Amino acid sequence: MAETMATRQAYGKTLIELGEKYPQLVVMDADLSKSTMTAEFGKTYPDRFFNMGIAEQNLYGAAAGLALSGKIVCASTFAMFATGRAFEIIRNSIGYTRANVKICATHAGITVGEDGASHQTFEDIALMRTIPGMTVINPSDGVSAKKLLEQAVAMEGPCYVRLGRAKVPVFYEDSDQLTLGRGNLVRDGKDVTIVATGIMVSEAMAAAEKLKEDGIDARIIDIHTIKPIDEDIIIKAAQETGAIVTAEEHSIVGGLGSAVAEVIVKNCPVKMAMVGQKDTYGESGKPDELKKKYGMTAEDIEAAVKNLIG
Amino acid sequence: MDIKSLEKTAAEIRCGIIKAIHNAGSGHPGGSLSAADIVTALYFDEMNVDPKDPKMKGRDKFILSKGHAGPVQYSALAVKGYYPMEDFMTLRKLGSKFQGHPDMHKVPGIEMSTGSLGQGISAAGGMALANKLDNDPGRIYVLLGDGEIQEGIVWEALMSAAHYKLDNMVAILDHNGLQIDGKNEDVMTVAPVVEKFQAFGWNVIQIDGHDFKQILDAFKQARACKGKPTMIVAETIKGKGVSFMENNAGWHGKAPDEEQTKQALAELGGEF
Repeated sequence: MAETMATRQAYGKTLIELGEKYPQLVVMDADLSKSTMTAEFGKTYPDRFFNMGIAEQNLYGAAAGLALSGKIVCASTFAMFATGRAFEIIRNSIGYTRANVKICATHAGITVGEDGASHQTFEDIALMRTIPGMTVINPSDGVSAKKLLEQAVAMEGPCYVRLGRAKVPVFYEDSDQLTLGRGNLVRDGKDVTIVATGIMVSEAMAAAEKLKEDGIDARIIDIHTIKPIDEDIIIKAAQETGAIVTAEEHSIVGGLGSAVAEVIVKNCPVKMAMVGQKDTYGESGKPDELKKKYGMTAEDIEAAVKNLIG
Repeated sequence: MDIKSLEKTAAEIRCGIIKAIHNAGSGHPGGSLSAADIVTALYFDEMNVDPKDPKMKGRDKFILSKGHAGPVQYSALAVKGYYPMEDFMTLRKLGSKFQGHPDMHKVPGIEMSTGSLGQGISAAGGMALANKLDNDPGRIYVLLGDGEIQEGIVWEALMSAAHYKLDNMVAILDHNGLQIDGKNEDVMTVAPVVEKFQAFGWNVIQIDGHDFKQILDAFKQARACKGKPTMIVAETIKGKGVSFMENNAGWHGKAPDEEQTKQALAELGGEF
């Protein structure tokens, strides 16, 4: 079995390296540092770690103040509270001011698992991508989390980095080139394109293997940067394969599916289907059970493809 | 600056506020006028800033957390020499640098874009933290409205500033007792403010916010206080300096017409 790792684990490890490279990097948290994996940074660089307590609004407001004073700030909590509770602080104090804050939010999506609906956010990508100037990043495995975080910290301006709780397969190699703002062609194919993001990329890879058995040659694109989205790779896929299925661990309202549809409808309308959370809340359970129940597995992608082009 | 000169400067700043809001046809004169003496004391006595070098290293910073009082900061920056007062007369017009609420990327001397209440003090806390980290001598001043402190984020920010012992940070409460819908105690009781701020771990000083001697003394006391941020509770009069605006919640967010502007400027010793 392939190596597995939660993207939040990659985040915590990468922060330590970045702390060495960037003396102006500070990390902030809201009493979840053991879960968001920022605690290790706090131990390594205690002077540059600020726990703001259970107060997400002030976490992001103060992050803005630090960033506008020349710091690079990685400010973490669960994705639900970062993007939901503190939305307007992020919009006005970080987005509008173009503050150099990286909102590194963990425990996104259904794979939060047992904590249940109150902690499972499916709205975060939709919320963050409406903010002008916000870069929205959703890594698909531990390697891409590291590579994309490094690029997010190197760039000037606000970023949202979506990270997960559950261990997921590591499929990228250290030698793979991943560039912020550019979609990555994971698998070439001519019959349909599966545009996936986050942990759904590995589900798409499993789906493509199944589809191959039925003679369907699926292309897979990893859209790890949802904003700014790579229009070229999506338009090319629409032109060359004629059908697109999007796959995300997020609501089908406003997330990757919507972002891809916005590109397609303006440039090259083709048949589309969206796999994701279907405008409903989650519940407690094991991540794999929940993915199955709420329709976010390789089988769901496979079915959506067959339904679309069959 | 001596107190006579500060009073004169404050009158000039108040005239700028009235003229600009009249020209704009909308804006917030009441809370701008109540804060005018405090803001004058900051820019013309207390703070180390340079209008020729707005981003000077080690400078003190003023954050207007009650961003709707933008005209008081815009007018003070004009009088201080950051830009000509005529520029500010474009307030709230399409294409103007002088937005309805301050935009840090448009106007030199504005350190933080504010307007959404409570966010200024939160950002100010981050700036004070950054200065501590960098051994930057710059002090952070932040002005709060008394209606504004109904926002939950204010109390989160107060808690963290005390926790991190941000004695390089001074908040001033413009305690005029009024907000848009009426008196604080009718809309949502904020009292007792002094005890609340003390309970949150702040060094609290109570003053008359229109008495320059008391304002300057309070800033001195704040500098002397170590290990705690300072909150200056400034008792003020909404609309201060213009008789028909004083203590009238109706002038929170309304522009004076031509007659009212003439009268206001006459009372302040300015010209129409």
